[in-house]
Amino acid sequence: MKQEIIIAGFGGQGVLSMGKILAYAGLIADLEVTWMPAYGPEQRGGTANVTVILSDNPISSPVLDSFDTAVVLNQQSLDKFESKVKPGGTLIYDPYGIHHLPTRTDINIYPVDAMDATIELKSAKSYNMIILGALLKINPIVTIDSVMAGLKKALPERHHHLLPVNREAITRGMELVNPGENTIE
Amino acid sequence: MKEEIKLMKGNEAIAHAAIRYGVDGYFGYPITPQSEVLETLEELMPWETTGMVVLQAESEVAAINMVYGGASTGKAVMTSSSSPGVSLMQEGMSYIAAGELPALVVNVMRGGPGLGTIQPSQSDYFQATKGGGHGDYHFIVLAPSTVQEMADFVGLGFDLAFKYRTPAMILADGIVGQMMEKVVLPEPRPRRTDREIAEQCPWAVTGRPATRKPNVLTTLELDSAKMELNNIRYQQTYRTIEENEVRYQEYYTDDADYIFVAFGSIARICLKAIEDARAAGMKVGLIRPITLWPFPTKAIADYSQRVKGMMVVELNAGQMVEDVRLAVNGNIPVYHYGRMGGIVPNPQEALDALLKHFPDAAQ
Repeated sequence: MKQEIIIAGFGGQGVLSMGKILAYAGLIADLEVTWMPAYGPEQRGGTANVTVILSDNPISSPVLDSFDTAVVLNQQSLDKFESKVKPGGTLIYDPYGIHHLPTRTDINIYPVDAMDATIELKSAKSYNMIILGALLKINPIVTIDSVMAGLKKALPERHHHLLPVNREAITRGMELVNPGENTIE
Repeated sequence: MKEEIKLMKGNEAIAHAAIRYGVDGYFGYPITPQSEVLETLEELMPWETTGMVVLQAESEVAAINMVYGGASTGKAVMTSSSSPGVSLMQEGMSYIAAGELPALVVNVMRGGPGLGTIQPSQSDYFQATKGGGHGDYHFIVLAPSTVQEMADFVGLGFDLAFKYRTPAMILADGIVGQMMEKVVLPEPRPRRTDREIAEQCPWAVTGRPATRKPNVLTTLELDSAKMELNNIRYQQTYRTIEENEVRYQEYYTDDADYIFVAFGSIARICLKAIEDARAAGMKVGLIRPITLWPFPTKAIADYSQRVKGMMVVELNAGQMVEDVRLAVNGNIPVYHYGRMGGIVPNPQEALDALLKHFPDAAQ
C-alpha cells in the first residue's frame, strides 16, 4: 500500500493540521509516513498545502509531481492540482466558492459540501475533520480509530475534551459522500 | 524495551537529540526555516532536567562567540541558524577552527544570496565545505536526508568534533528541517561532569590546578614560523579526517550505467526518479555523499571507471558538481541540474535532466 496525497487550500482552513492528523494516524497504523508542508510566510488567508505519503515501504521523495489523491479546498488549489492527480486517482473538493468546476473524466471526482455542514454543526473549526471524514469514506487508508488515536497524539492534552466533537465531524463528513456514485467506469 | 517511534520535524529532532546527547549549551537566534530548534528547546526546558543552558542571543554574531567561549572550556556546545545567519557567524567559525575546538553548527539552508527567501536551498555548499571564513580551515560537514539523520548527526557531529578537536556542521535544508517523519531518538545520557571534561579535554580552560601550567587558547600567532607550524598541524588533522571519516551511501549502483550524485533531501528526490526509471527498465543509480567534507572523492573516482556518466542535482547553480568533476577527472561526462531561489525540483524533472544529457539511458 502506498498513498500519495496532497491537501491544499487557504491558510486557516486546517490544511496542515488535517495532514498532520493523517500522518499521526499512519504512525499509529505502523505505516511509513512523510508530512511535507509548503511552508511560507503566509498565515490566514494565504495558500497552504501539504504532501502526506503513507506507505508500507520506506518512502524516497517527500516531494512529488503527481498524487493518488488531491484534496482541494479553494479555487486556486483546484486550478493548480487537478492536473496533478494520477489517472484513476481521486479529487475531493468543496464546491463552496468554486466557480470553475473540475473537468477531468479520467479521475474520480467528489464534491463535499463541508462548508455547509460546518455551519449546520455550528463548529467552524471542525471543517477539516469533516473533509477528513469524507476522504476516509472514499479511501479508507487508515481506520477512524487510528485517526482518533492520532488526533490524541497531535492535540495537546488541554484540548482533549474536543475529541468527541472531532469524531462527530469525521462521521458527518463520511455521510456527505457516496463512493459508489462518482466512480469512473 | 521497544524503542518509541515518534513523528516530528527535522528541526525538532535536532533539539531532542541535543538534550539526549548531553549537550551543555545551545546559543542561537531565530531565523526561518530553522526556528523550531530554539523553540523546541525552550519548550522542553532542559535547564530544569539535564542542566543544559539554552540561550537566545542578541544576534548570530553573539551566538557563535558564545559557542567559541563554551567550547574553550571543553563543554559540548552548539548553535543553529539558516543561511544569512550562518554568514554572520563566519568570523567566529574561523576562530573556532583555528582554536582547534569541538563544537557543532547547524545550517538549515534557505535560498540566497542576500536575505533571499525562506524556502529550501543548498546554495551554502561552497561556504560550508571550502571554509566560508578566512584562512585554511575545515569543518566536518554532515548532510542529513531524513529526520532520523537530523537526530543521529547531532551525536555523530559532536563525537567527531571531540575526536579530532575540529568543529562539525550539520548542513541541512529547509525540506528536511520542516518535514515530519518517523524518528527513533537516541538513548538519553547524562552530561559530562566537570571532572570528566578535565580528564577528556586536557587542553580545555577549566581552571588551572597547581599541578600544571595554564592552558592558553588563542588563534593569534604573530611569529610566522610558528603560525605556519599551526597550519601544518591543522592540515595534518584534516588529512587524518579525510583518511578515516568519509561517509556516503549507494543506491542501485551495482548494475548502473548512469548515476545521480546528490546530497540531503535532493538525494531522496533523485531516488524517487530512480525508482520510476528502474520501473521502466533503465539502469540508473545514486551516490549520496553524507560527509560533504571530507568528500567521497575516491568512491566517485572509482565509479567513474564503471559508469558512463554522472548527473549531479542540487538546489544551487552548481557547487558540489565541482567536487564531483575533480574526482572524475575527465573520465566520463558529468552534468549538473539545479534549481535556485527556493524552488525544489520534482522527481520527473531530475529524471528528465538525466535523459536530456544521457538519452541512451532510456534504452
